[in-house]
Amino acid sequence: MGRQVKLRIWRGNKENGDFQNVNVEANEGEVVLDVIHRVQATQMPDLAVRWNCKAGKCGSCSMEINGKPRLACMTRMNTFEEDETITVTPLRAFPVIRDLVTDVSFNYKKALEIPAYSPPANLGPGEARMEQIDVERSQEFRKCIECFLCQDTCHVIRDHEENKKSFAGPRFFIRIAELDMHPLDTLRNRKRTAQEEHGLGMCNITKCCTEVCPEHIRITDNAIIPMKERVVDQKYDPIRWLGSKISKREGIS
Amino acid sequence: MAGVRAEGRASIKERTLRVDRWWLQPAITVFVLVSFIIYATFRAFENGYYFVESSHLVSPFYSPCLSASCEPGAQLFGVVAPQSILGFGLSPALLILIFPLGFRLTCYYYRKSYYRSFWMSPPACAVAEPHKKYTGETRAPLILQNGHRWFFLAGLVFNVILTYDALISFKHEDGSFGMSVGTIVLLTNATLLWLYSLSCHTCRHIMGGRLRHFSKHPVRYKGWTIVSKLNHYHPVFAWISLFGVALTDVYVRFVATGAISNYYFF
Ligand code: SF4
Ligand code: SF4
Ligand code: FES
Repeated sequence: MGRQVKLRIWRGNKENGDFQNVNVEANEGEVVLDVIHRVQATQMPDLAVRWNCKAGKCGSCSMEINGKPRLACMTRMNTFEEDETITVTPLRAFPVIRDLVTDVSFNYKKALEIPAYSPPANLGPGEARMEQIDVERSQEFRKCIECFLCQDTCHVIRDHEENKKSFAGPRFFIRIAELDMHPLDTLRNRKRTAQEEHGLGMCNITKCCTEVCPEHIRITDNAIIPMKERVVDQKYDPIRWLGSKISKREGIS
Repeated sequence: MAGVRAEGRASIKERTLRVDRWWLQPAITVFVLVSFIIYATFRAFENGYYFVESSHLVSPFYSPCLSASCEPGAQLFGVVAPQSILGFGLSPALLILIFPLGFRLTCYYYRKSYYRSFWMSPPACAVAEPHKKYTGETRAPLILQNGHRWFFLAGLVFNVILTYDALISFKHEDGSFGMSVGTIVLLTNATLLWLYSLSCHTCRHIMGGRLRHFSKHPVRYKGWTIVSKLNHYHPVFAWISLFGVALTDVYVRFVATGAISNYYFF
Protein backbone atom coordinates (compact mmCIF):
# COMPACT_ATOMS: atom_id res chain seq x y z
CA MET A 1 0.00 0.00 0.00
CA GLY A 2 1.40 3.36 -0.92
CA ARG A 3 1.47 6.64 0.93
CA GLN A 4 -0.08 9.97 0.01
CA VAL A 5 2.33 12.63 -1.23
CA LYS A 6 1.85 16.31 -1.93
CA LEU A 7 2.89 17.68 -5.29
CA ARG A 8 2.98 21.28 -6.48
CA ILE A 9 3.09 21.23 -10.27
CA TRP A 10 3.59 24.25 -12.50
CA ARG A 11 0.98 24.33 -15.25
CA GLY A 12 0.62 26.81 -18.04
CA ASN A 13 2.01 27.95 -21.33
CA LYS A 14 4.25 30.72 -22.57
CA GLU A 15 1.64 33.41 -21.87
CA ASN A 16 0.88 32.51 -18.27
CA GLY A 17 0.76 29.75 -15.72
CA ASP A 18 0.81 28.90 -12.05
CA PHE A 19 1.29 26.14 -9.51
CA GLN A 20 -1.41 23.59 -8.82
CA ASN A 21 -1.42 21.42 -5.72
CA VAL A 22 -2.37 17.75 -5.84
CA ASN A 23 -2.32 14.83 -3.44
CA VAL A 24 -1.45 11.52 -5.00
CA GLU A 25 -0.45 8.03 -4.00
CA ALA A 26 3.17 6.93 -4.20
CA ASN A 27 4.26 3.31 -3.93
CA GLU A 28 7.41 1.62 -2.76
CA GLY A 29 10.27 2.04 -5.21
CA GLU A 30 8.64 4.70 -7.37
CA VAL A 31 10.26 7.72 -8.98
CA VAL A 32 8.88 11.22 -9.54
CA LEU A 33 7.91 10.36 -13.12
CA ASP A 34 5.72 7.45 -11.89
CA VAL A 35 3.87 9.78 -9.58
CA ILE A 36 3.42 12.38 -12.29
CA HIS A 37 1.98 9.67 -14.49
CA ARG A 38 -0.46 8.76 -11.74
CA VAL A 39 -1.52 12.41 -11.49
CA GLN A 40 -2.05 12.35 -15.24
CA ALA A 41 -4.07 9.12 -15.05
CA THR A 42 -6.27 10.11 -12.14
CA GLN A 43 -6.56 13.88 -11.86
CA MET A 44 -5.06 15.89 -14.71
CA PRO A 45 -5.56 14.02 -17.95
CA ASP A 46 -4.26 16.94 -19.97
CA LEU A 47 -0.99 17.39 -18.04
CA ALA A 48 1.85 17.66 -20.55
CA VAL A 49 5.06 15.81 -19.71
CA ARG A 50 7.81 14.50 -21.97
CA TRP A 51 9.39 11.11 -21.41
CA ASN A 52 10.48 7.99 -23.24
CA CYS A 53 12.74 5.40 -21.69
CA LYS A 54 12.10 5.65 -17.95
CA ALA A 55 15.63 4.38 -17.54
CA GLY A 56 17.72 7.55 -17.50
CA LYS A 57 18.98 7.01 -21.02
CA CYS A 58 16.87 9.06 -23.40
CA GLY A 59 17.20 12.42 -21.68
CA SER A 60 13.57 13.37 -22.29
CA CYS A 61 12.17 13.77 -18.79
CA SER A 62 14.36 16.71 -17.74
CA MET A 63 12.54 19.06 -15.38
CA GLU A 64 13.18 20.89 -12.13
CA ILE A 65 12.28 19.15 -8.92
CA ASN A 66 12.42 21.24 -5.76
CA GLY A 67 14.34 23.76 -7.79
CA LYS A 68 17.02 21.36 -9.03
CA PRO A 69 17.40 20.35 -12.67
CA ARG A 70 16.91 16.58 -12.71
CA LEU A 71 15.65 13.59 -14.64
CA ALA A 72 12.19 12.77 -13.28
CA CYS A 73 12.71 9.09 -14.01
CA MET A 74 15.86 8.98 -11.92
CA THR A 75 14.59 10.87 -8.89
CA ARG A 76 13.33 8.41 -6.31
CA MET A 77 10.36 9.30 -4.17
CA ASN A 78 12.02 7.95 -1.04
CA THR A 79 14.56 10.78 -1.17
CA PHE A 80 11.85 13.19 0.04
CA GLU A 81 10.51 13.67 3.56
CA GLU A 82 7.12 12.10 4.38
CA ASP A 83 5.18 15.35 4.59
CA GLU A 84 7.24 17.38 2.13
CA THR A 85 5.53 19.21 -0.73
CA ILE A 86 7.46 18.38 -3.87
CA THR A 87 7.63 21.24 -6.36
CA VAL A 88 7.86 20.31 -10.02
CA THR A 89 8.44 22.85 -12.80
CA PRO A 90 9.58 22.82 -16.41
CA LEU A 91 13.20 23.71 -17.19
CA ARG A 92 13.61 27.40 -16.45
CA ALA A 93 16.28 28.28 -19.01
CA PHE A 94 14.19 27.45 -22.09
CA PRO A 95 10.82 28.63 -23.42
CA VAL A 96 7.93 26.65 -22.07
CA ILE A 97 5.55 24.94 -24.50
CA ARG A 98 3.03 23.60 -22.04
CA ASP A 99 3.13 22.47 -18.41
CA LEU A 100 6.34 20.48 -17.92
CA VAL A 101 7.38 20.49 -21.56
CA THR A 102 9.92 23.03 -22.81
CA ASP A 103 11.22 23.96 -26.21
CA VAL A 104 14.86 22.84 -26.22
CA SER A 105 15.51 23.63 -29.89
CA PHE A 106 18.17 26.16 -28.83
CA ASN A 107 20.40 23.15 -28.25
CA TYR A 108 19.84 21.67 -31.69
CA LYS A 109 20.74 24.96 -33.30
CA LYS A 110 23.95 25.09 -31.30
CA ALA A 111 24.73 21.50 -32.30
CA LEU A 112 24.55 22.49 -35.97
CA GLU A 113 27.08 25.27 -35.45
CA ILE A 114 29.84 22.85 -34.50
CA PRO A 115 31.65 21.34 -37.50
CA ALA A 116 31.44 17.55 -37.54
CA TYR A 117 34.33 15.13 -37.15
CA SER A 118 36.61 15.53 -40.11
CA PRO A 119 38.81 12.48 -40.77
CA PRO A 120 41.98 12.59 -42.87
CA ALA A 121 41.15 12.73 -46.59
CA ASN A 122 43.09 9.60 -47.47
CA LEU A 123 41.29 7.43 -44.95
CA GLY A 124 38.71 5.08 -46.42
CA PRO A 125 35.67 3.74 -44.56
CA GLY A 126 36.71 1.20 -41.95
CA GLU A 127 40.38 2.11 -42.17
CA ALA A 128 40.67 4.26 -39.05
CA ARG A 129 42.98 2.77 -36.44
CA MET A 130 43.36 4.28 -33.00
CA GLU A 131 44.77 3.09 -29.72
CA GLN A 132 42.48 2.84 -26.74
CA ILE A 133 44.43 5.36 -24.65
CA ASP A 134 44.06 7.91 -27.45
CA VAL A 135 40.28 7.75 -27.51
CA GLU A 136 39.60 7.24 -23.82
CA ARG A 137 39.14 10.88 -22.99
CA SER A 138 36.68 11.39 -25.83
CA GLN A 139 34.71 8.32 -24.79
CA GLU A 140 33.70 9.88 -21.49
CA PHE A 141 31.95 12.62 -23.43
CA ARG A 142 30.13 10.13 -25.65
CA LYS A 143 28.10 9.05 -22.63
CA CYS A 144 26.06 12.24 -22.98
CA ILE A 145 22.32 11.50 -23.28
CA GLU A 146 21.45 15.04 -24.36
CA CYS A 147 19.13 15.71 -21.47
CA PHE A 148 20.31 19.34 -21.53
CA LEU A 149 20.20 19.60 -17.77
CA CYS A 150 23.67 21.12 -17.93
CA GLN A 151 22.49 23.69 -20.46
CA ASP A 152 19.49 24.47 -18.26
CA THR A 153 21.50 25.03 -15.11
CA CYS A 154 24.31 27.04 -16.67
CA HIS A 155 23.92 30.56 -15.33
CA VAL A 156 25.48 32.09 -18.45
CA ILE A 157 22.22 31.54 -20.32
CA ARG A 158 19.82 30.65 -17.53
CA ASP A 159 20.28 34.09 -15.99
CA HIS A 160 21.08 36.02 -19.17
CA GLU A 161 18.82 35.36 -22.14
CA GLU A 162 20.92 37.74 -24.26
CA ASN A 163 23.94 35.44 -23.99
CA LYS A 164 22.20 32.65 -25.87
CA LYS A 165 23.36 33.91 -29.23
CA SER A 166 27.04 33.83 -28.31
CA PHE A 167 27.26 30.83 -25.98
CA ALA A 168 27.08 27.19 -27.00
CA GLY A 169 26.89 25.78 -23.47
CA PRO A 170 28.55 22.93 -21.59
CA ARG A 171 26.99 20.13 -23.61
CA PHE A 172 28.69 21.53 -26.70
CA PHE A 173 31.96 22.26 -24.96
CA ILE A 174 32.25 18.55 -24.33
CA ARG A 175 31.51 17.98 -28.01
CA ILE A 176 34.25 20.40 -29.02
CA ALA A 177 36.65 18.86 -26.51
CA GLU A 178 35.82 15.37 -27.78
CA LEU A 179 36.77 16.38 -31.31
CA ASP A 180 39.78 18.48 -30.38
CA MET A 181 41.19 15.56 -28.41
CA HIS A 182 40.34 13.07 -31.15
CA PRO A 183 43.55 11.65 -32.63
CA LEU A 184 42.26 11.62 -36.20
CA ASP A 185 40.27 14.82 -36.42
CA THR A 186 41.89 17.16 -38.92
CA LEU A 187 40.16 20.43 -38.10
CA ARG A 188 42.77 22.45 -36.30
CA ASN A 189 40.86 25.63 -35.50
CA ARG A 190 38.55 24.15 -32.89
CA LYS A 191 40.34 25.87 -30.00
CA ARG A 192 40.14 29.26 -31.63
CA THR A 193 36.49 28.93 -32.61
CA ALA A 194 35.61 27.55 -29.18
CA GLN A 195 36.79 30.85 -27.75
CA GLU A 196 35.78 33.23 -30.50
CA GLU A 197 32.50 31.75 -31.71
CA HIS A 198 31.15 29.39 -29.10
CA GLY A 199 31.73 31.49 -26.00
CA LEU A 200 34.11 29.27 -24.02
CA GLY A 201 35.45 32.41 -22.29
CA MET A 202 32.00 33.17 -20.88
CA CYS A 203 32.14 30.07 -18.73
CA ASN A 204 33.47 30.91 -15.28
CA ILE A 205 34.01 27.26 -14.33
CA THR A 206 31.55 27.36 -11.47
CA LYS A 207 30.76 23.70 -12.19
CA CYS A 208 26.97 23.62 -12.04
CA CYS A 209 26.92 21.64 -15.28
CA THR A 210 29.04 18.94 -13.65
CA GLU A 211 26.83 18.96 -10.56
CA VAL A 212 23.65 18.16 -12.48
CA CYS A 213 24.91 15.79 -15.18
CA PRO A 214 23.06 12.48 -14.71
CA GLU A 215 25.82 10.64 -16.59
CA HIS A 216 28.41 12.02 -14.16
CA ILE A 217 30.49 13.40 -16.98
CA ARG A 218 33.14 15.63 -15.42
CA ILE A 219 32.29 18.40 -17.84
CA THR A 220 34.26 21.20 -16.21
CA ASP A 221 37.39 19.30 -15.15
CA ASN A 222 37.75 17.08 -18.19
CA ALA A 223 36.41 19.19 -21.05
CA ILE A 224 36.04 22.88 -20.25
CA ILE A 225 39.23 23.48 -18.29
CA PRO A 226 41.38 21.42 -20.70
CA MET A 227 39.86 23.43 -23.57
CA LYS A 228 40.55 26.69 -21.74
CA GLU A 229 44.17 25.61 -21.35
CA ARG A 230 44.37 24.70 -25.05
CA VAL A 231 43.00 28.13 -25.89
CA VAL A 232 45.70 29.72 -23.73
CA ASP A 233 48.30 27.75 -25.72
CA GLN A 234 47.04 29.32 -28.92
CA LYS A 235 45.91 32.76 -27.91
CA TYR A 236 47.37 33.94 -24.62
CA ASP A 237 50.77 32.30 -24.22
CA PRO A 238 53.42 34.38 -26.02
CA ILE A 239 56.09 31.74 -25.60
CA ARG A 240 54.08 28.96 -27.17
CA TRP A 241 52.87 31.33 -29.84
CA LEU A 242 56.46 32.17 -30.73
CA GLY A 243 57.38 28.49 -30.65
CA SER A 244 54.63 27.63 -33.09
CA LYS A 245 55.78 30.42 -35.46
CA ILE A 246 59.37 29.20 -35.40
CA SER A 247 58.66 25.52 -35.86
CA LYS A 248 55.68 26.26 -38.14
CA ARG A 249 53.74 23.66 -36.28
CA GLU A 250 50.02 24.07 -36.31
CA GLY A 251 48.43 22.90 -33.12
CA ILE A 252 50.08 20.13 -31.19
CA SER A 253 50.49 16.48 -31.87
CA MET B 1 17.21 38.85 -13.33
CA ALA B 2 15.76 38.91 -16.77
CA GLY B 3 17.05 35.38 -17.13
CA VAL B 4 14.62 33.04 -15.42
CA ARG B 5 11.89 35.63 -15.92
CA ALA B 6 12.67 36.20 -19.59
CA GLU B 7 9.81 36.22 -22.01
CA GLY B 8 8.59 32.84 -23.10
CA ARG B 9 9.91 30.98 -20.08
CA ALA B 10 7.58 29.50 -17.47
CA SER B 11 6.35 32.42 -15.37
CA ILE B 12 7.64 31.68 -11.90
CA LYS B 13 8.51 34.57 -9.66
CA GLU B 14 10.91 32.87 -7.21
CA ARG B 15 14.60 33.26 -8.05
CA THR B 16 15.05 29.68 -6.92
CA LEU B 17 12.79 26.90 -5.77
CA ARG B 18 15.55 25.02 -4.03
CA VAL B 19 14.62 23.99 -0.51
CA ASP B 20 18.00 22.78 0.70
CA ARG B 21 20.53 25.03 2.41
CA TRP B 22 22.23 26.15 -0.80
CA TRP B 23 23.56 29.30 0.88
CA LEU B 24 25.59 27.38 3.43
CA GLN B 25 28.55 26.53 1.25
CA PRO B 26 29.10 30.04 -0.11
CA ALA B 27 28.68 31.42 3.42
CA ILE B 28 31.36 29.09 4.78
CA THR B 29 33.67 29.98 1.89
CA VAL B 30 33.31 33.69 2.57
CA PHE B 31 33.93 33.16 6.27
CA VAL B 32 37.07 31.07 5.76
CA LEU B 33 38.58 33.25 3.05
CA VAL B 34 37.86 36.51 4.88
CA SER B 35 39.41 35.10 8.06
CA PHE B 36 42.48 34.08 6.12
CA ILE B 37 42.76 37.47 4.43
CA ILE B 38 42.48 39.30 7.76
CA TYR B 39 45.11 37.14 9.39
CA ALA B 40 47.47 37.26 6.39
CA THR B 41 47.16 41.04 6.14
CA PHE B 42 47.91 41.46 9.83
CA ARG B 43 50.94 39.21 9.52
CA ALA B 44 52.24 40.77 6.33
CA PHE B 45 52.28 44.19 7.97
CA GLU B 46 53.50 43.01 11.33
CA ASN B 47 57.00 42.63 9.94
CA GLY B 48 58.31 40.60 12.85
CA TYR B 49 58.23 37.23 14.62
CA TYR B 50 58.72 35.32 11.40
CA PHE B 51 62.11 33.86 12.09
CA VAL B 52 63.52 31.68 14.83
CA GLU B 53 67.30 31.77 14.57
CA SER B 54 67.91 29.04 17.16
CA SER B 55 65.68 26.47 15.46
CA HIS B 56 66.18 27.64 11.86
CA LEU B 57 62.47 28.22 11.35
CA VAL B 58 61.04 30.77 8.94
CA SER B 59 57.39 31.55 8.29
CA PRO B 60 56.08 30.79 4.79
CA PHE B 61 54.66 34.32 4.63
CA TYR B 62 58.22 35.67 4.78
CA SER B 63 60.14 33.20 2.67
CA PRO B 64 62.17 33.97 0.63
CA CYS B 65 63.07 37.00 2.71
CA LEU B 66 64.45 39.43 0.18
CA SER B 67 64.50 42.88 1.73
CA ALA B 68 67.27 44.65 3.61
CA SER B 69 65.05 44.71 6.68
CA CYS B 70 65.04 40.90 6.90
CA GLU B 71 66.66 39.39 9.92
CA PRO B 72 70.18 38.54 8.74
CA GLY B 73 69.79 34.79 9.35
CA ALA B 74 66.68 34.72 7.18
CA GLN B 75 68.32 36.30 4.13
CA LEU B 76 69.09 33.04 2.39
CA PHE B 77 68.77 34.33 -1.13
CA GLY B 78 70.35 37.75 -0.91
CA VAL B 79 68.73 41.14 -0.78
CA VAL B 80 66.84 42.66 -3.70
CA ALA B 81 64.88 45.44 -2.00
CA PRO B 82 65.77 48.28 0.37
CA GLN B 83 64.55 48.54 3.92
CA SER B 84 62.03 51.17 3.07
CA ILE B 85 60.63 52.90 0.03
CA LEU B 86 59.90 56.66 0.25
CA GLY B 87 60.08 56.47 4.00
CA PHE B 88 57.61 53.61 4.28
CA GLY B 89 59.01 50.55 5.98
CA LEU B 90 58.76 47.66 3.52
CA SER B 91 57.64 44.38 4.99
CA PRO B 92 59.47 41.52 3.25
CA ALA B 93 56.16 39.64 3.10
CA LEU B 94 54.69 42.24 0.75
CA LEU B 95 57.52 41.79 -1.74
CA ILE B 96 56.66 38.19 -2.48
CA LEU B 97 52.95 38.17 -1.70
CA ILE B 98 51.88 38.58 -5.33
CA PHE B 99 53.14 35.14 -6.34
CA PRO B 100 51.27 32.84 -3.97
CA LEU B 101 48.34 35.23 -4.03
CA GLY B 102 48.28 35.30 -7.84
CA PHE B 103 48.54 31.52 -8.01
CA ARG B 104 45.53 31.06 -5.75
CA LEU B 105 43.51 33.88 -7.29
CA THR B 106 43.85 32.45 -10.79
CA CYS B 107 43.47 28.82 -9.66
CA TYR B 108 40.56 27.15 -11.43
CA TYR B 109 39.23 25.84 -8.16
CA TYR B 110 39.44 29.09 -6.20
CA ARG B 111 37.86 30.87 -9.14
CA LYS B 112 34.83 28.64 -8.78
CA SER B 113 34.73 29.28 -5.03
CA TYR B 114 34.96 33.02 -5.06
CA TYR B 115 32.85 33.57 -8.16
CA ARG B 116 30.13 31.68 -6.34
CA SER B 117 30.55 33.00 -2.82
CA PHE B 118 31.81 36.58 -3.22
CA TRP B 119 30.49 37.51 -6.63
CA MET B 120 27.35 35.32 -6.49
CA SER B 121 27.73 34.45 -10.10
CA PRO B 122 25.91 32.17 -9.42
CA PRO B 123 25.62 31.79 -5.62
CA ALA B 124 24.60 28.16 -6.13
CA CYS B 125 23.33 26.07 -9.01
CA ALA B 126 19.87 27.04 -10.23
CA VAL B 127 19.81 30.08 -7.96
CA ALA B 128 19.49 33.21 -10.08
CA GLU B 129 22.41 35.59 -9.80
CA PRO B 130 21.79 39.25 -8.98
CA HIS B 131 23.73 40.70 -11.92
CA LYS B 132 22.13 42.38 -14.91
CA LYS B 133 24.95 41.66 -17.34
CA TYR B 134 27.47 38.89 -17.57
CA THR B 135 30.51 38.48 -19.79
CA GLY B 136 32.42 35.80 -17.89
CA GLU B 137 36.14 35.71 -18.44
CA THR B 138 36.11 37.32 -21.86
CA ARG B 139 37.22 40.84 -20.88
CA ALA B 140 39.67 42.68 -18.66
CA PRO B 141 40.30 42.11 -15.85
CA LEU B 142 39.02 38.55 -15.80
CA ILE B 143 40.66 37.66 -19.09
CA LEU B 144 43.91 37.74 -17.09
CA GLN B 145 42.83 34.47 -15.48
CA ASN B 146 44.36 32.95 -18.60
CA GLY B 147 47.77 33.72 -17.10
CA HIS B 148 47.39 30.99 -14.49
CA ARG B 149 50.32 29.02 -15.91
CA TRP B 150 52.83 31.76 -15.09
CA PHE B 151 51.74 31.81 -11.48
CA PHE B 152 51.85 28.03 -11.46
CA LEU B 153 55.51 28.13 -12.53
CA ALA B 154 56.31 30.81 -9.93
CA GLY B 155 54.56 28.64 -7.37
CA LEU B 156 56.94 25.79 -8.16
CA VAL B 157 59.90 28.05 -7.39
CA PHE B 158 58.30 28.90 -4.05
CA ASN B 159 57.74 25.22 -3.33
CA VAL B 160 61.43 24.55 -3.87
CA ILE B 161 62.35 27.39 -1.52
CA LEU B 162 59.93 26.29 1.19
CA THR B 163 61.16 22.72 0.87
CA TYR B 164 64.69 24.03 1.34
CA ASP B 165 63.47 25.94 4.43
CA ALA B 166 62.10 22.70 5.81
CA LEU B 167 65.32 20.81 5.12
CA ILE B 168 67.55 23.32 6.88
CA SER B 169 65.33 23.11 9.95
CA PHE B 170 66.71 19.61 10.56
CA LYS B 171 69.25 21.29 12.80
CA HIS B 172 69.96 22.20 16.37
CA GLU B 173 71.10 25.67 17.34
CA ASP B 174 74.76 24.56 17.07
CA GLY B 175 74.17 23.18 13.56
CA SER B 176 74.16 19.51 14.48
CA PHE B 177 71.50 17.24 13.00
CA GLY B 178 68.18 17.18 14.79
CA MET B 179 64.46 17.29 14.35
CA SER B 180 61.89 19.44 16.08
CA VAL B 181 58.15 19.97 15.97
CA GLY B 182 58.94 22.99 13.80
CA THR B 183 60.68 20.73 11.30
CA ILE B 184 57.56 18.61 10.97
CA VAL B 185 55.41 21.71 10.64
CA LEU B 186 57.55 23.15 7.82
CA LEU B 187 57.81 19.79 6.10
CA THR B 188 54.05 19.23 6.22
CA ASN B 189 53.47 22.70 4.86
CA ALA B 190 55.86 22.14 1.96
CA THR B 191 54.30 18.76 1.18
CA LEU B 192 50.80 20.22 1.11
CA LEU B 193 51.97 23.00 -1.19
CA TRP B 194 53.52 20.46 -3.55
CA LEU B 195 50.30 18.48 -3.59
CA TYR B 196 48.33 21.63 -4.29
CA SER B 197 50.63 22.65 -7.16
CA LEU B 198 50.98 19.21 -8.70
CA SER B 199 47.24 18.64 -8.71
CA CYS B 200 46.67 21.95 -10.56
CA HIS B 201 44.71 21.87 -13.82
CA THR B 202 47.47 23.72 -15.62
CA CYS B 203 49.98 21.14 -14.41
CA ARG B 204 47.73 18.43 -15.81
CA HIS B 205 47.64 20.24 -19.13
CA ILE B 206 51.39 20.79 -19.31
CA MET B 207 52.08 17.22 -18.27
CA GLY B 208 50.15 15.73 -21.17
CA GLY B 209 46.68 17.20 -21.37
CA ARG B 210 47.60 19.20 -24.44
CA LEU B 211 48.56 16.10 -26.44
CA ARG B 212 46.34 14.37 -28.95
CA HIS B 213 48.22 11.11 -29.19
CA PHE B 214 48.94 9.72 -25.76
CA SER B 215 50.24 6.54 -27.39
CA LYS B 216 53.13 8.47 -28.94
CA HIS B 217 54.23 9.91 -25.58
CA PRO B 218 54.12 7.06 -23.04
CA VAL B 219 56.08 8.91 -20.35
CA ARG B 220 53.97 12.03 -20.52
CA TYR B 221 50.84 9.87 -20.60
CA LYS B 222 51.96 8.22 -17.38
CA GLY B 223 52.61 11.65 -15.84
CA TRP B 224 49.23 12.87 -17.00
CA THR B 225 47.55 9.84 -15.45
CA ILE B 226 49.18 10.53 -12.09
CA VAL B 227 48.40 14.24 -12.17
CA SER B 228 44.82 13.43 -13.21
CA LYS B 229 44.43 11.31 -10.07
CA LEU B 230 45.79 14.13 -7.91
CA ASN B 231 43.69 16.64 -9.82
CA HIS B 232 40.58 14.92 -8.53
CA TYR B 233 41.52 16.13 -5.05
CA HIS B 234 42.62 19.59 -6.09
CA PRO B 235 39.86 21.34 -4.06
CA VAL B 236 40.86 19.40 -0.96
CA PHE B 237 44.53 20.28 -1.41
CA ALA B 238 43.57 23.90 -2.09
CA TRP B 239 41.89 24.18 1.30
CA ILE B 240 44.24 22.18 3.46
CA SER B 241 47.32 23.83 2.01
CA LEU B 242 45.76 27.21 2.77
CA PHE B 243 45.21 26.17 6.38
CA GLY B 244 48.70 24.70 6.30
CA VAL B 245 50.32 28.01 5.43
CA ALA B 246 48.35 29.90 8.09
CA LEU B 247 48.98 27.34 10.83
CA THR B 248 52.67 27.10 9.98
CA ASP B 249 52.91 30.85 10.34
CA VAL B 250 51.01 30.71 13.65
CA TYR B 251 53.44 28.11 14.93
CA VAL B 252 56.54 30.06 13.89
CA ARG B 253 55.07 33.20 15.40
CA PHE B 254 54.36 31.46 18.71
CA VAL B 255 57.90 30.18 18.89
CA ALA B 256 59.38 33.53 17.82
CA THR B 257 57.42 35.45 20.45
CA GLY B 258 58.51 32.95 23.07
CA ALA B 259 54.94 31.85 23.82
CA ILE B 260 55.95 28.24 23.27
CA SER B 261 59.28 26.54 22.86
CA ASN B 262 60.13 24.42 19.87
CA TYR B 263 60.38 20.86 21.19
CA TYR B 264 63.20 18.73 19.77
CA PHE B 265 62.64 14.98 19.29
CA PHE B 266 66.38 14.36 18.98
S1 SF4 C 1 31.08 25.47 -15.44
FE1 SF4 C 1 30.80 26.89 -17.14
S2 SF4 C 1 29.55 25.79 -18.63
FE2 SF4 C 1 29.39 24.71 -16.66
S3 SF4 C 1 27.54 25.57 -15.72
FE3 SF4 C 1 29.30 26.75 -14.95
S4 SF4 C 1 29.51 28.50 -16.35
FE4 SF4 C 1 28.17 27.00 -17.35
S1 SF4 D 1 26.55 16.49 -20.60
FE1 SF4 D 1 25.35 15.45 -19.01
S2 SF4 D 1 23.87 17.00 -18.35
FE2 SF4 D 1 24.70 17.71 -20.29
S3 SF4 D 1 23.28 16.98 -21.84
FE3 SF4 D 1 24.89 15.43 -21.65
S4 SF4 D 1 24.16 13.95 -20.14
FE4 SF4 D 1 22.86 15.79 -19.95
S1 FES E 1 12.44 9.05 -19.47
FE1 FES E 1 14.32 8.70 -20.54
S2 FES E 1 15.77 9.74 -19.27
FE2 FES E 1 13.95 9.89 -18.10
